[in-house]
Amino acid sequence: MCLALPVRVVAKPDAENAIVDLGGVQKSISLALVDGVEIGDYVILHVGYALARLDPEEAERTLALFAEAGVAP
Amino acid sequence: MKYIDEFRDGEVARGLAAAIAREADPARTYNLMEFCGGHTHAISRYGVADLLPANVRMIHGPGCPVCVLPIGRIDLGIRLALERRVILCTYGDCLRVPASDGLSMLKAKARGADIRIVYSAADAVKLAREHPDREVVFFAIGFETTTPPTAVAIRTAQREGLANFSVLVNHVLTPSAITNILESPEVRHLGTVPLDGFIGPAHVSTVIGSRPYEFFAEEYRKPVVIAGFEPLDVMQAILMLVRQLNDGRAEVENEFTRAVTRDGNAKAQQLVADTFELRRSFEWRGLGEVPYSALRLRDAFRAWDAEAKFDLHYTSVPDNKACECGAILRGVKHPRDCKIFGTVCTPENPVGSCMVSSEGACAAHYTYGRFREIPVRSAA
Amino acid sequence: MSTVKPGYVRPLDLRHGRVDLSHGSGGRAMAQLVTDLFAAAFDNEWLAQRNDQALFAPPPGRMVIATDSHVVSPLFFPGGDIGCLSVHGTINDVAMAGARPLHLAAGFILEEGFPLADLKRVVDSMARASREAGVPVVTGDTKVVEQGKGDGVFITTTGIGVVPDGIHISGDRARPGDRILLSGTIGDHGMAVMSKRESLEFTSDLVSDTAALHGLVADMVAAAPGIRCLRDPTRGGLATTLNELAAQSGVGMAIDEAAIPVLPQVEAACEFLGLDPLYVANEGKLVCICAPEDQAALLAAMRAHPLGARAAAIGTVEADEHRFVQMRTRFGGRRVVDWLSGDQLPRIC
Repeated sequence: MCLALPVRVVAKPDAENAIVDLGGVQKSISLALVDGVEIGDYVILHVGYALARLDPEEAERTLALFAEAGVAP
Repeated sequence: MKYIDEFRDGEVARGLAAAIAREADPARTYNLMEFCGGHTHAISRYGVADLLPANVRMIHGPGCPVCVLPIGRIDLGIRLALERRVILCTYGDCLRVPASDGLSMLKAKARGADIRIVYSAADAVKLAREHPDREVVFFAIGFETTTPPTAVAIRTAQREGLANFSVLVNHVLTPSAITNILESPEVRHLGTVPLDGFIGPAHVSTVIGSRPYEFFAEEYRKPVVIAGFEPLDVMQAILMLVRQLNDGRAEVENEFTRAVTRDGNAKAQQLVADTFELRRSFEWRGLGEVPYSALRLRDAFRAWDAEAKFDLHYTSVPDNKACECGAILRGVKHPRDCKIFGTVCTPENPVGSCMVSSEGACAAHYTYGRFREIPVRSAA
Repeated sequence: MSTVKPGYVRPLDLRHGRVDLSHGSGGRAMAQLVTDLFAAAFDNEWLAQRNDQALFAPPPGRMVIATDSHVVSPLFFPGGDIGCLSVHGTINDVAMAGARPLHLAAGFILEEGFPLADLKRVVDSMARASREAGVPVVTGDTKVVEQGKGDGVFITTTGIGVVPDGIHISGDRARPGDRILLSGTIGDHGMAVMSKRESLEFTSDLVSDTAALHGLVADMVAAAPGIRCLRDPTRGGLATTLNELAAQSGVGMAIDEAAIPVLPQVEAACEFLGLDPLYVANEGKLVCICAPEDQAALLAAMRAHPLGARAAAIGTVEADEHRFVQMRTRFGGRRVVDWLSGDQLPRIC
């Protein structure tokens, strides 16, 4: 429940850890729970662990849905 | 901040607000429970309620792992710190929850208990590495979002042979909480708590997927829309629920498609399944004993299970008689119905856990909501 | 024949030495510490006299006195340390009355075992801050407590200043219709310090905004002598200061979230930890409440000063018996910004 944020992976010192960036602030986090994360990917971060990769296409689609909903019929 | 700021856009919010107002049927009310405390907090912090029509009402659910943590569990942690002199590591959320004997972890700290706030379970493991002469206990709370990180921490401790690290496990399960509410007499039979649909938790769902909610939609005929964490996500989810209710549908829909899939994070689920098992029963504050609703460590990890290591025995401690947290957690009562709300029980001196956690219904109402009920001069 | 020069006194080992109980006992060790470390750094006519007090003639006009204790941890953080913080903090408290700060007094409680190298670093930083501000530390005191009973060093500074004639600045003077001004970005100090806290660390360019504001205040008072209120939003952040002023003056406030300047990195750092920038400490910012007709001149004066470059008008004072501070959120909703409850703690939920 829960404070989790989308953050961008900027470095991978080893297979299990990543340095992520949000708005210029960087933190070291664990990738133990998500496979196949590459530099440049966005992940959902919760208490120091990546929980999932964020899908940029779905994000765009969701934003488009918002805009569309707002248009009166 | 990418993927955050766009989902907080005020202009888009106005469009969605207009859509909700347009599509909500003035002849009925829509009673929607946002299960997750994080959603409660987002709604309060951004003033989403201001943008909803009067007949769309949000009810706070029990999705706040701090709020549902019974006094007796906090007592176990405090006792370990005070009597066994362990280093007790906890997330900041737990620090002020009132426990027995007028104590909280914060107050125990003032009495000399070595209690430290950590951001991550990994930090607790790090402390164990750095202090081989001390016992380090991690007080683990949370729903399914927070459980996989605990599992990783335990595996790390196992891999490194850290004999001085252990976890006091209080992880609980979302579907159990939802079932408990839906099965409560007020909801199922009496209809005194009208509950039309759910906004499903955002980050729990990244782990468990959307599949587990399908049962609720079918069995109880209530629509569920899984929503992301940002205020626009919440508003879109409300719109989707309104549409489902207007259409007479009871489906699981996913608004948070950028992070949630039907199956969720299989790797995390597997790790949790391998590390933990179900407790037959677990007491939830306000809900009483709930069967198969919580986790404990499997035997293979006994050495890192604080309850086994320190031979801890749980004693149930009843809530203060005047505290209405139980009813509030179930959505049966509103904070203002509690006789001690805002007077005896305040964020400075919380009596129950709903007042402690920043997303507990009482804390949210105290900090943001109670002002709505006092006519204030409009801020132009 | 001895090769040791007559009159040789073993100097303080500032590289490897540590504070011990003898430094607080009043004897030779303490005298050496005061002379070779404190007085050498602060270096002024009062301290050179070696008295337990500093003598001066009172200047004409009304005087203010303010005191602040400093217990910040860690002692050294990006952009500052407990030393310069203790100088700036008290200068600012004095300046918030519209006063010109004159002198500072400094009391130190040192923990046994505290490295002298760190103490020198702190004291040198204080001396630099004091010199740059033009406010000398004229008297002081030192005590030593046993190991475990202190956090390295605690510093208490007291400052005095003179209020120019015709200036009446006080927290109870805000009136409905007045404007609320903020001198710059909020949350910088608190998040810079947080970035170094054990287990919450993160990497960023954030530095504390610790600064002496008396120069900025002097420019503001010159531009608008009728300023109603000044306060620096330290612990508890902007939200706490606004609530204090609202309570003192018996008014409400309406502020606009979009108008409040916040550095992107402060926003991001707060997101990481679940904190609200409104409640995060600042050490180089001020809130000013003024009559509407003074707003333009004040903003111009503030923006012309290096410490007020991002000054902004953030809201208006309202008549409100409940003394609420209400905020229009960027999202378009409305919320009340209440007093802080306890410490803002990082959260997972």
